[in-house]
Amino acid sequence: MSQKQILSSDGIPLEESLKKAERKNKLKAVLLVAPLFLFILIIYVFPIGDMLFRSVDDRMITKMLPKTFNAMEKWDGKDLPDEEVYKGLYDDLTFLKKNKTYGKIIARLNYEKSGFSSLIKKTVRKINKFEEGNYKEQFIKVHKRWGKNEYLVALKNTAPNWSYAKYLKGMDRKFDQDRNIIQVEEDRRIHKILWLRTLNVAFWVTIFCFVLAYPISHLLATLPMKYSNLLMICVLLPFWTSLLVRTSSWMVLLQQQGPINDLIVWIGLAADDNRPELMYNVIGTFVAMTQILLPFMVLPLYSVMKTISPSLMRAGKSLGGTPLVSFVKIYFPLTIPGIGAGCLLVFILAIGYYITPALVGGASGSLISNTIAYHMKSSLDWAFASALGTMLLVGVLAIYWVYNKLVGIDNIKLG
Amino acid sequence: MALPNHTPLNYRIWHYTYLTFCGLVFFFLIAPLFVILPLSFNAEQYIHFSSKMLALDPEGFSLRWYEDMIYGTKNPWGLATKNSLIIAFFATIGSTILGTVAALGLSSRHMPYKAAFMALLISPMIVPLIISGTAIFFFMAKVGLAATHTGIILSHIILGTPFVVITVTATLTGFDHSVTRAAASLGSNPVNTFMKITLPLIMPGVISGALFAFVTSFDEVVVVLFLAGLENTTIPIQMWVGLREQLSPTIMAVATCLIIMSTLILVSAELLRRRSERLRGINQ
Repeated sequence: MSQKQILSSDGIPLEESLKKAERKNKLKAVLLVAPLFLFILIIYVFPIGDMLFRSVDDRMITKMLPKTFNAMEKWDGKDLPDEEVYKGLYDDLTFLKKNKTYGKIIARLNYEKSGFSSLIKKTVRKINKFEEGNYKEQFIKVHKRWGKNEYLVALKNTAPNWSYAKYLKGMDRKFDQDRNIIQVEEDRRIHKILWLRTLNVAFWVTIFCFVLAYPISHLLATLPMKYSNLLMICVLLPFWTSLLVRTSSWMVLLQQQGPINDLIVWIGLAADDNRPELMYNVIGTFVAMTQILLPFMVLPLYSVMKTISPSLMRAGKSLGGTPLVSFVKIYFPLTIPGIGAGCLLVFILAIGYYITPALVGGASGSLISNTIAYHMKSSLDWAFASALGTMLLVGVLAIYWVYNKLVGIDNIKLG
Repeated sequence: MALPNHTPLNYRIWHYTYLTFCGLVFFFLIAPLFVILPLSFNAEQYIHFSSKMLALDPEGFSLRWYEDMIYGTKNPWGLATKNSLIIAFFATIGSTILGTVAALGLSSRHMPYKAAFMALLISPMIVPLIISGTAIFFFMAKVGLAATHTGIILSHIILGTPFVVITVTATLTGFDHSVTRAAASLGSNPVNTFMKITLPLIMPGVISGALFAFVTSFDEVVVVLFLAGLENTTIPIQMWVGLREQLSPTIMAVATCLIIMSTLILVSAELLRRRSERLRGINQ
């Protein structure tokens, strides 16, 4: 080597010593992040993964009717299956009856094809009277649907361990018996309405927030500090106040005998005995969500506007621009990062809102989150709740990704 | 914002329209909170302004709903307050420690994949609560922590850490690392340096993060709705239950107490922010 190596005081080449120190620093930084990372991984990321898994998991039927499915593997589904399949079905159903666990499969099978509910119930009731041998005939004697190919095909269709049927249901689609994807009946297409309403509410709430927040952020950023600090309280106090408190104040304001309706009657816009419904519909959701999410729009806008020097507008004026032209050409473009940050944040928060729509939204103002909660707590269709949750999550993560690209997640400002 | 004398009329009109609009928006933001205060002192059982109240007749006002909140029969608020405070206390401690330590690592220039880690650690703040609630419920049910304080505290730690990470990282951006190197050159070990040099300097960020974590836990209702049993009821849960049944004046009394609490938190957060800016030498 022509160049002389530089050695550090303990005789190790400097380059190596530096690399070692860098490695050590890197390790130190990683070790500091590790506890929170692992914590979030175990209690947050894995559970969300588990939720994804639940939404496609369809092993229940296969597990509960093992012999039937074993026998069905050889069946091509064209004609009625052989005796072997019915024998398997007999064994499985007898076992389920003994353990009283057949209730579970009824709901799942009835979802696949309506009519299964009465079929299974009737069969289970009479299964003790079955005699050895010739099960096929006995099954068909108990219920003629066992002799119809479509029911057995439907049963075979539940065999795969994974199914995206719940996602289809979330999009108002389903499989027909030939496994084609079709739309559900017109009067049952509720989820499409729900998704559109959720997007609609999130979109308009974002627009309203922007329209209301832009002027006041500008005022806050241009006023002298002692006034703007005072006005900032109007933004920060709602921000720090409990969501339920803010929602309950809207319930007070919007109720039929509430102050806003009193005002409407007093002005003469409506008769006293014909007060408009402001709550338990989409109007309530719009108004309350706009007020609740407004601080999330003001804060990023304000922090961007704060950095814009007032001399820029003066320069525009001195060069002959009218205030409007200077605003459109100078001020507005400079605030676009703040607009992006605020709009994305409000949209993300609005699209998953639950509490406020549930309390002031009524049936016509409820959003996708409310449906997820309904399936979690009332209908107990956890797989469907998981599927809807996953669909919503994918949407939110997509916006989050855009946000991260445009704004940078470490640029979020709080208070 | 007085306008100079020579301002043309159309600018004048425009300017006052703008100020009026801003005034209305500020009113829209703050007024709903103040509707609750007088109603909580209502002597009657209805949630609207009685004629006596509007006439400022002392008979129209009373403290009966506050009495009901504290001494009422089968009163859930005592247990709810106790639970809320216990849960928020431990959740705050957990979030603050985990979040601060992680923020120290994330602010180091040696941290690999910084943006990706940051995005992951902030995600609980972005993912809709209903999804977090669903996922955490499945997990807690599986490990047997559903309907326990521990389960709720663990999930609130998750929800609170993003705020701590954000506020502490923000404080660390202006941090002068030469002071820690100076401490090290004077023979201080890393723990000692952290406790005596770094922590006092980033304290405002840590405390304001802790305040966020506290408020997040104290207000949180969606995840608790999934996880809580009867024994784990919290103030937000009781409010939720009450609001779903009917608006009662007792809820107005509770809400008033919560507004007073949030005012106190707001004041402390603001003081901390200014102190932090002063400490870091950011001029106002």
